Amino acid sequence: MAVQAEPVLVAGLIEVCRATIAENSDHLCALDRAIGDGDHGTNMRRGCEAVSAEGESLSSLPFPDAMEKIGLTLVMNVGGAAGPLYGTLLMEIGRELRKSNEKPDFSQVLKQAIDAVARRGRAHAGDKTLLDVLYPVHAALASRSPLGAIARRAERSANRTADMKAMRGRAAYLGDRSIGHIDPGASSCALLTTAICRYLGEHRPQ
Amino acid sequence: MIGKTANVGIVIVSHSPLVARGIADMIRQMVGDCVPLAWSGGNAHGELGTDAGGILKAIEAAWSDAGVAVFVDLGGAETNSEMAIEMLGLPRSALVSICNAPLVEGAVIAAAEASGGASLAKVVATAEELSP
Repeated sequence: MAVQAEPVLVAGLIEVCRATIAENSDHLCALDRAIGDGDHGTNMRRGCEAVSAEGESLSSLPFPDAMEKIGLTLVMNVGGAAGPLYGTLLMEIGRELRKSNEKPDFSQVLKQAIDAVARRGRAHAGDKTLLDVLYPVHAALASRSPLGAIARRAERSANRTADMKAMRGRAAYLGDRSIGHIDPGASSCALLTTAICRYLGEHRPQ
Repeated sequence: MIGKTANVGIVIVSHSPLVARGIADMIRQMVGDCVPLAWSGGNAHGELGTDAGGILKAIEAAWSDAGVAVFVDLGGAETNSEMAIEMLGLPRSALVSICNAPLVEGAVIAAAEASGGASLAKVVATAEELSP
């Protein structure tokens, strides 16, 4: 997948992500109340609104710069652990894209960025975090799955975190009591993936 | 401190502004003002949480060429502190350490150690001895 600077695409993606998080903010807070401190939806909404407020200037930037700036805006506004984790993901996507300016392989870029998120959170697959959605999404992308299949894989992966015992984050303090609840970070990640896939499917038929 | 090496700085990071400020007050009472000290508590909107930008400002406020030791409470405080240190950039980021130590006891004992002119490695090691 070649990635170019496409102002309309960036602006559209920012808007669908903002709208998705706003619609699901209460649900994400409810998931977080079960195993965390109950503010994941509020934090994510604040971050997405901050990005959206800068939407016009962001969408005029080259794509890698826009990704990096969005990442930094999330770090500064989401707070909690989700800010640096989502922020690292986007900032690394931006940096990796810039490094490989000639026809970057987005799947490779995403893998590097997900590994950076894992290092930042010192977490692994199976620890009941957003990584349990990001890795399967990458696998689906790498095997050239259609957008709809990538989205379904993200949703299934988020649901599967219910069976996992949390090893990182606030939920880890609960130990076995974290089992039976979907991880809020995995859930927001699946929601965003689904929204992005749907938008790309509608606006950029493959 | 003229003519001497500056003491290691101490930064307190908590999800709660009251906790962060309270610990900073304790340190000021116990070791005086010979240690550069700053705190960051709560998110950017003054609610419970942590804020990478605020932590970055605190590290800059407590900056010492001898280095800065950072004390954190729960998970997000550590992740955001790491992010802030990265944003500080090299070479300064190499002179900042997050201590694996209890927040109150760790910060107080580190400040006491720092006030005697100990190196960053020594300050961190002394605080981390408190960890089980």
